[in-house]
Amino acid sequence: MTAADIMRADLRLITGFVPQESRVLDLGCGDGSLMAHLRDERGCEVRGVELIPQEIAAAISRGLSVVQGDLDEGLAGYPDGSFDVVILSQTMQVVRKPALVLREMLRVGRRGIITFPNFGYWRVRGYLALKGRMPISESIPFSWYDTPNIHHTTLRDFRDFVSANGGVIEREVPLVAAGWHDRVREVRVLPNLLADTAVAVVRPKG
Amino acid sequence: MTGVTRTKSAAKATATTASVSDVGASAPASGPRLCVLPGGLGLVSGRTLEHVEIAYETWGQLNFDRSNAVVVCHALSGDSHVAAGPDADGVQKPGWWEVMVGPGKAIDTRRFFVICSNVLGGCSGSTGPGSIDPETGKPFGLQFPLITIEDMVDAQAALLDVLGIEKLLAVVGGSMGGMQALSWARRHPQRLRTCVAVATTPRLAAQAIAFNEVGRTAILGDPAFDGGNYYEHGQPDQGLAIARMIGHITYLSDESMRAKFGRKLRDREAPAFDFVTEFEVESYLAHQGQKFVERFDANTYLYMTKAMDYFDLATGAGSVAAAFADTPVRFLTLTFSSDWLFPTYQTRGLVDALRAAFAEVSFAEIESPYGHDAFLLEPEEQARYIEPFLEHALEEATGGADAAETAAAIDLANATEGDAL
Repeated sequence: MTAADIMRADLRLITGFVPQESRVLDLGCGDGSLMAHLRDERGCEVRGVELIPQEIAAAISRGLSVVQGDLDEGLAGYPDGSFDVVILSQTMQVVRKPALVLREMLRVGRRGIITFPNFGYWRVRGYLALKGRMPISESIPFSWYDTPNIHHTTLRDFRDFVSANGGVIEREVPLVAAGWHDRVREVRVLPNLLADTAVAVVRPKG
Repeated sequence: MTGVTRTKSAAKATATTASVSDVGASAPASGPRLCVLPGGLGLVSGRTLEHVEIAYETWGQLNFDRSNAVVVCHALSGDSHVAAGPDADGVQKPGWWEVMVGPGKAIDTRRFFVICSNVLGGCSGSTGPGSIDPETGKPFGLQFPLITIEDMVDAQAALLDVLGIEKLLAVVGGSMGGMQALSWARRHPQRLRTCVAVATTPRLAAQAIAFNEVGRTAILGDPAFDGGNYYEHGQPDQGLAIARMIGHITYLSDESMRAKFGRKLRDREAPAFDFVTEFEVESYLAHQGQKFVERFDANTYLYMTKAMDYFDLATGAGSVAAAFADTPVRFLTLTFSSDWLFPTYQTRGLVDALRAAFAEVSFAEIESPYGHDAFLLEPEEQARYIEPFLEHALEEATGGADAAETAAAIDLANATEGDAL
């Protein structure tokens, strides 16, 4: 069970929440593997935003359209409601202004899909409680001083965060590794304690 | 000792011969060609130019279904010699963008059929202000009609008609060449699959127009300019050199000038207390100015800068987004962090507009200290994006064609066999 396995599983889950042939914007799209999947398997019209040159080049080689951009500067160039789905996969915790990014997602897209590691997971809590050190795990594999993850949240905090920024959570899927290769299962009991990661579908309030 | 040297040099000579013949077989350079466009060329200004000649060169081979043609558009002072190849006398000459165009380069002449032509209004073989006006028998001078970026593009399209190329895989250009690439996408969207626009802008801002105007003023104010009719007595060297010096300042950056020249003096330790060329940077600019007047026509400089000033990708459509609504063209746009002549924010505006039109557009800003000149000096960083972009476009374009080509080749092989029997 590695972080990469969790990633692949939550990417598959995202795909399930994206309607066929919808217009999709992937924020922090990386090498475009999710975009390519949505284009090829679900006939979506996909666009990406990414910061890192190597990742952009990799996405371009898949024939994808990716614009270099810093999510912390917002999505000013994008008209309101211009996408059916805006995806923020394992990226919320690395931006400086998560609230701005969320509000922009809700403005530009009819729906947002956000995935993030749950800092309320019992192993994370245990690490801090028992060792007295900043948690390092397979899904949070960095030391405190060189981590790109500057905005950790728990499931509970996330709910308040979405509500406070004009959004409604339509679906919330807490996940945990299912114990064998590349599988996850939904956590139905005590999700804030037992889920390692979460996928949430959000939409603008009202 | 001698024997070893001889062996080494013999080996080197063999290797060189092999690589040259290899290149020759897979990526022939056409050398300079001239095309007389059939019929007159209607210009944006409303005038019509008769008997338009376009100087061009090609590299590589057109594939089976003519889907691998790439047009490269040159910048203000460029010409058709984008990649290495023979000049008119058959002498091999380096190309102005050979770091990007050639065998094994990002624009790989083993895979793409590359066409580069001297722009309309230019002074490197195509019809321009220095050409003979058939009505007077003398050079046009300022009687030559004002040329726009759109006119340059239309002349290239007319050239392609003559060459029998209906659809391009890509139009690629930097700086003024990037303006042409964008204009191609606007004017002839059905004739190109992709557009690669580097270090360019959808419209010049006041700062860039201002620099152009200073250059023009230097030329127009040179006593040798003579209303543009200087072809008999020699061109306004001083004015053109000043224009070029100003140009070069705008192509560099504070950082690149500090690194390249600093405050170094040339050939002396202490100041001369005289108005001679002392600083390295002075000598560089003087050299660039001098080199330029030996190869470039002052009138063409006026026409090119004016064409750039007039260029606005949104003209006639209200906005760039409206101009590219439903465009079938896929775009790649690149800028350089220290380019203050064509600053990133302008391309970002273009990218925003294209995204708003839901066009397929990719964009990256390349970190570089070299200012606007970076598009000539940063091959790897550009290739990082351009190579996979073109590669994918070629795959898409030839998806079925490769199979068809193989089938046709097999048919041919069988036919030959049958004939032989």
